[in-house]
Amino acid sequence: MRSRLIFIIPLALFLVLAVYFAVGLTLDLKKLPSMLEGQPVPAFDLKPIQGRDDKGFASTDLKGQVSLVNVFGSWCVACRVEHPFLMQLKKTSDVPIHAIDWREEDPAAGPAWLKRHGDPYALVGDDPRSKAAIAFGVTGAPETFLVDQQGVIRYKHVGPLNPQIWKDVLWPLIAELRKAGGG
Amino acid sequence: MTAELGHFALILALAIALVQSTLPLIGAQRDDAGWMALARPTALTQFLLVGISFGCLTHLYVTSDFSVVNVVRNSNTAMPMLYKVSGVWGNHEGSLLLWVLILAIFGAAVAAFGRNLPPALRARVLSVQAMIAVGFYLFMLFTSNPFERTFPPPMDGRDLNPLLQDPGLAFHPPMLYLGYVGFSMAFSFAIAALIEGRVDAAWARWVRPWTMAAWCFLTGGIALGSWWAYYELGWGGWWYWDPVENASFMPWLAGTALLHSASVVEKRDSLKGWTVLLAIITFSLSLLGTFLVRSGVLTSVHAFATDPTRGVFILALLIVVIGGSLALYAWRGPQLVSTGLFQPISREGALLFNNLVMATGAAAVLLGTLYPLFLDAVGGGKVSVGPPFFNAVFIPIMTPMIAAMAIGPLLNWKRGDLGAAVARLKVAFVLALGAGITAWVWHSDGPIFATLAMGLAVWLGVGTLTELAGRIRLFDAPAGAWERLRRVPRASWGMTLGHFGLAIAIAGMAGAGGWTVESIQTMKPGERVEVAGYVFTFKGAGAETGPNYKAIVGDFEVTRDGTRVTSLHAEKRTYNVGAMPTTEAAIHSSIRGDLYAVIGDPEGDEGAYVTRLYFNPLVAWMWFGTLVMIFGGALSLTDRRYRVGAPRRSRAGAVAPASA
Amino acid sequence: MTRLLLALALAVCVLSPAPGHAVDPREMLEDPALEARARDLSKGLRCVVCQNQSIDDSDATLARDLRVLVRERLKAGDSDKQVIDYVVSRYGDFVLLKPPFKVSTLVLWLGPLLIVMLAIGGAFFYFRRHRAAPETPAAQPAQALSDAERARLAKLLEDDAP
Repeated sequence: MRSRLIFIIPLALFLVLAVYFAVGLTLDLKKLPSMLEGQPVPAFDLKPIQGRDDKGFASTDLKGQVSLVNVFGSWCVACRVEHPFLMQLKKTSDVPIHAIDWREEDPAAGPAWLKRHGDPYALVGDDPRSKAAIAFGVTGAPETFLVDQQGVIRYKHVGPLNPQIWKDVLWPLIAELRKAGGG
Repeated sequence: MTAELGHFALILALAIALVQSTLPLIGAQRDDAGWMALARPTALTQFLLVGISFGCLTHLYVTSDFSVVNVVRNSNTAMPMLYKVSGVWGNHEGSLLLWVLILAIFGAAVAAFGRNLPPALRARVLSVQAMIAVGFYLFMLFTSNPFERTFPPPMDGRDLNPLLQDPGLAFHPPMLYLGYVGFSMAFSFAIAALIEGRVDAAWARWVRPWTMAAWCFLTGGIALGSWWAYYELGWGGWWYWDPVENASFMPWLAGTALLHSASVVEKRDSLKGWTVLLAIITFSLSLLGTFLVRSGVLTSVHAFATDPTRGVFILALLIVVIGGSLALYAWRGPQLVSTGLFQPISREGALLFNNLVMATGAAAVLLGTLYPLFLDAVGGGKVSVGPPFFNAVFIPIMTPMIAAMAIGPLLNWKRGDLGAAVARLKVAFVLALGAGITAWVWHSDGPIFATLAMGLAVWLGVGTLTELAGRIRLFDAPAGAWERLRRVPRASWGMTLGHFGLAIAIAGMAGAGGWTVESIQTMKPGERVEVAGYVFTFKGAGAETGPNYKAIVGDFEVTRDGTRVTSLHAEKRTYNVGAMPTTEAAIHSSIRGDLYAVIGDPEGDEGAYVTRLYFNPLVAWMWFGTLVMIFGGALSLTDRRYRVGAPRRSRAGAVAPASA
Repeated sequence: MTRLLLALALAVCVLSPAPGHAVDPREMLEDPALEARARDLSKGLRCVVCQNQSIDDSDATLARDLRVLVRERLKAGDSDKQVIDYVVSRYGDFVLLKPPFKVSTLVLWLGPLLIVMLAIGGAFFYFRRHRAAPETPAAQPAQALSDAERARLAKLLEDDAP
């Protein structure tokens, strides 16, 4: 007596597979979840870029207030798309925006880019060898991190910032953090 | 005009396919000769129409018609003609057109040469083929039309990806598709058998040539891809367990199992349900590969540009074809009754063992390939499954089977004598042990798997020769041995060459995978480096210009023990359009192995360059072994007894006799 | 225009990876043992901005920076495990080409074993069932063979292919 059940197994297995594929189509492969959300900012100490000031940018600068850390590069096309919004943000909000100038082959390239497109940043650090970028787990530019008053990373956004993300995610989070800790 | 003609031909082909997929099938159910007879002309017409469509697209490429989007994206006036032609299938839309063309070719082949098939079976088979075609036509016409126009037409196109501008890779897709689509015939035969409710030896004979042809092409296609990666990508690797490589390997594993399983159906009237399922699975894996490459669910160096709507469409296609066929199997499978019985230790048992191992191997590869997707889908995070996993899992699974391959052909049908078989393999065992020990002594710092693989390769190779020697009674009646050798049937040669070729290839994999020597350094002109006993002298590098690229060219002289071996001429090209750099490694092949030189970037201003020099042992054995396997398969195809026009059933229900 | 901006907005720029050889002599450490460790570790780390390569194979600038990082940490005295743990703490398990053995990968690592056992079990039950089932009668009862048939039979047996 052959069990008819055995003949149904291949079909059943395939249907399970099909469900996974259907779900898979909705996923974004490129997005790597951040390992650092909820972790303190990694230690880094970057030298300043040319022609700006001689302050540089270090992890110790990120304590005391809620701030944003933006990773950009003059070679990055999407950063150019994002930049006008950052300029606008500087005017309309009081959240300091710091930057990591990532992987510039020519030390003058970053400063020239900022001169041409505007400079919304409070502090800028030069990271030609990806030291800080790797410490932040960065995989591409632009990426932006929201850091709280204690220097803990609260949110990572991959890709250009836009008004939608700011309104829906970042600003509410900032308000919440400020209410809890001030600054 | 040409583009519109091509587009229209495709639409007509869809219409014909709709007719072909319905009327003959209904005719077969109703035993209506007239409707069944529609199968052949519709199949031939479909082939004609798709041929016209493909010809139109080729014409557009050859004449560099930049009013067509597809040509703009993948071609350029400065490109050599060969790559203008291969550009036709070097992209998503064009490769689909190639797919349906090959589908139509196989359908037409059955229509033209399958005269000895019973009309009902032929009608059903061609109907199922047409159903698959309908799915692909709809996919193309709705989401992936190669004939889309653009206005205004640009002055020049974007150029084919430089990596694809290569003779090896130009032929890789057609061969692969001949394999994938060839398995669609086995699939169609399986569906037809399920509809008919009957599988017998005659069916197995009819399926076999198609499966064998598809297998030969797929083996060739995979090997071609591997060979291309080896000489093009610049560091001597030839298999990465990349998802798309796996997508071509899984149908190969299933297809090899199918070949072996079908012979049990034919000779012993056994394993019918399993063989039909395997035929469905093999083609399903081919379709799955199509889905993986084009839908964006997996990251791979091979992936075509992805588009969610395409992914949804292909998934729907998969569900209809695979789900439908497995549902049919669930319903009609129990009707396939096998009568043959056999002991676990027997020829059939060995073939069953082959099938189980192949299926397990394919399942393990499938699991590894799809696991990142599974985990992400259930929110378990992102994980990578790379070569370390596949090597750790696949090699141990395959090893028992390769060991058994030497024993299996020595066992009798129905009830085999394991002791006697193993006793005959004493020489093989001793030689294998010797090879393993020699390998261990020569390469004591190499990985253990390479030594084991070498031993296995010798075991399999000598074991296969032992079987042949026994068949022609070389040692106990040498007088007539030559005569007997000439009378060995071609199908048997197929087996012998297939197994022996695999042994050679495995030996090659042991060397190329385990014992490569690499040396990376900066060299000034005149400097020497020693790699595995060969001395490379750098002669210097200069600049050259090609038809659509600029190159840095480096020259090396190679000597061994003082005598000159060869000159190597390595290039690093930057293509004008696209600015993508590619390496053209300089390779010198010999039986011992390959000398492999790569020129890198300049350093400093004394004419020094980064150079990468390799010695890759036994690489040519992999390609040669594969050729032997394919030759064996082709030889088997020419065996009179297995031609498409195989014997028709002489009496209802009886097994077709083997012709003497 | 908006579509273009949308596409760009969704895109993230990546330091363009290209297939090609990777390790540069200038990166290599002087100590051959350390360099060998560095190469081994690099072969097991995935290049996160590439399609499917290790940082040892990839030409991407981020891959190069990671290779340099691995070497610097080895020189500073980190053990193999410490280097790997650091990279994983930045990028997650995704960066390991050999998936770790954890609860989330249990199915992956034990799966093949399970499949092997299923195959063996399947074969076992197959043989049990077919031995229990009665032998189906042959198509026709055997008859005595004539001499000509016997000769033909002998020739056929000689020719019998697998």
